[in-house]
Amino acid sequence: MYTEKVMDHFSNPRNVGEIDNADGVGEVGNASCGDIMKIFLKVENDVIKEVKFKTFGCGAAIATSSMVTELAIGKTLDEAMELTNAAVAEALDGLPPAKLHCSNLAADALHEAIKNYREKQG
Amino acid sequence: MKHIYMDNNATTAVRPEVLEAMLPFYREQFGNPSSVHWAGRAVSGAVEKAREQVATLINCAPAEIVFVSCGSEGDNMAIKGTAEALREKGNHIITTAVEHPAVLNTCEYLEKQGFRVTYLPVDKDGMLDLKELEAAITAETILISVMWANNETGNLYPIEEIGAIARKYKVRFHTDAVQTVGKIPVDVQKANVDLLVLSGHKLGAPKGVGAIYIRRGTRMNALIHGGHQERNRRAGTYNVAGIVGLGLACELSGAEMAESSVRIAALRDRLQEGIMSAIPEIKLNGHPTMRLPNTLNISFAYIEGESLLLNFDMKGIAASSGSACTSGSLEPSHVMGAMCVDVVLAHSSTRFSLGRDNTEEEVDYVLEILPPIVQRLREMSPLYNRKEPLSCEECQVIRKVH
Repeated sequence: MYTEKVMDHFSNPRNVGEIDNADGVGEVGNASCGDIMKIFLKVENDVIKEVKFKTFGCGAAIATSSMVTELAIGKTLDEAMELTNAAVAEALDGLPPAKLHCSNLAADALHEAIKNYREKQG
Repeated sequence: MKHIYMDNNATTAVRPEVLEAMLPFYREQFGNPSSVHWAGRAVSGAVEKAREQVATLINCAPAEIVFVSCGSEGDNMAIKGTAEALREKGNHIITTAVEHPAVLNTCEYLEKQGFRVTYLPVDKDGMLDLKELEAAITAETILISVMWANNETGNLYPIEEIGAIARKYKVRFHTDAVQTVGKIPVDVQKANVDLLVLSGHKLGAPKGVGAIYIRRGTRMNALIHGGHQERNRRAGTYNVAGIVGLGLACELSGAEMAESSVRIAALRDRLQEGIMSAIPEIKLNGHPTMRLPNTLNISFAYIEGESLLLNFDMKGIAASSGSACTSGSLEPSHVMGAMCVDVVLAHSSTRFSLGRDNTEEEVDYVLEILPPIVQRLREMSPLYNRKEPLSCEECQVIRKVH
């Protein structure tokens, strides 16, 4: 039911973990539907230098978290804010229809982390 | 890669001797048992033999067995057929919150048709309070429907006691015994049940065949109208090969039950004790002792069931989960919900259901690969070793397990 890319990101997730003294942290989720995602950012000159994630969730939730970190690295904050959930799903060659709600979270968590960074910058 | 199948409550492999017995009924013995000619005559005896084999396993008369296509059909027939036949008498049905969807959704359908349904709650071990059941009975009650064993937890319900209560109040009693028949002894006389449903593919027969026991004299409306098969109780051309397979599977499981239930229980206990001693912060779901011999349902805190199952799958292990993500809905298992299992733990509930082909080596292999998978997923989880409180909505329900 999952594409090869989803299974690749699920079994070898990129950028798992936390960043100590992260510049921005974003967390989204809903325990009742079974997904919680947390994204940590390191930012230099408005460019995302490092991204890490921690996720509680299904295969799609873990794969979309992993993919969003790959897509975000090297992007400016404005570019990263443009990253859509659909783009994350597309980069994984699609998700089963029932799983599309999981992919809604990965880009949202990234956006929350960027907002958190911007708030801290004032 | 080794293939280890521990999802026997979902379905079982067709036993080789069952398949062998079925094959002639796809080839030379292809006739319709309702036909009078040689081709029909050649197979009608086989259907009646299978009826006797099924009846023997659950201790009823062959004439009280009606063949159906699956457990869901049997449950629909039992509940809708009773509701329609007894509508004049009353409009109240009693069931439980932990039934299979084949019962729950049928009851919900009947609610839309004007029936009133009581869904009995369960305690944290998933057990019923029989006083509550007795108190729910009114003059309007026409049916009590309680599963014999729960498919997710393996919990066994006190069917004999419920049967006695039903008898005392003269209320018809239906039990969904799909998970029970073939695993432990089932005696419809001792249990005082009026309607019992079983399914072939849970006990080594193929998918697409099941049976309903209808106690003699039980007035029912048919679900499927058509020809005169099954004494007008269920129309439709006989699934001869499937019925033959079901009959033999019933005979074989009856003959082996004393030995196999003990052996499978020992494997299940080895798995349970192994997991309990190797992995902290887990929860056994269901009653600690009143359970089917083959079923183990455990929640692993901080991780989600589907991720666990996918990791198992990569190692060749087949199990199942109560997680929302495996059911196609956004809600975790209604059984876990009824037992008030924390929502995050419900998402991680994992069911191992063993069968006659499992071995000690397989159990030991699962015990070897499970702890590192759980640890890896926990380290990936934002809930594990968490210091700050959760900010997201509904996260407050997450608690540490001890």
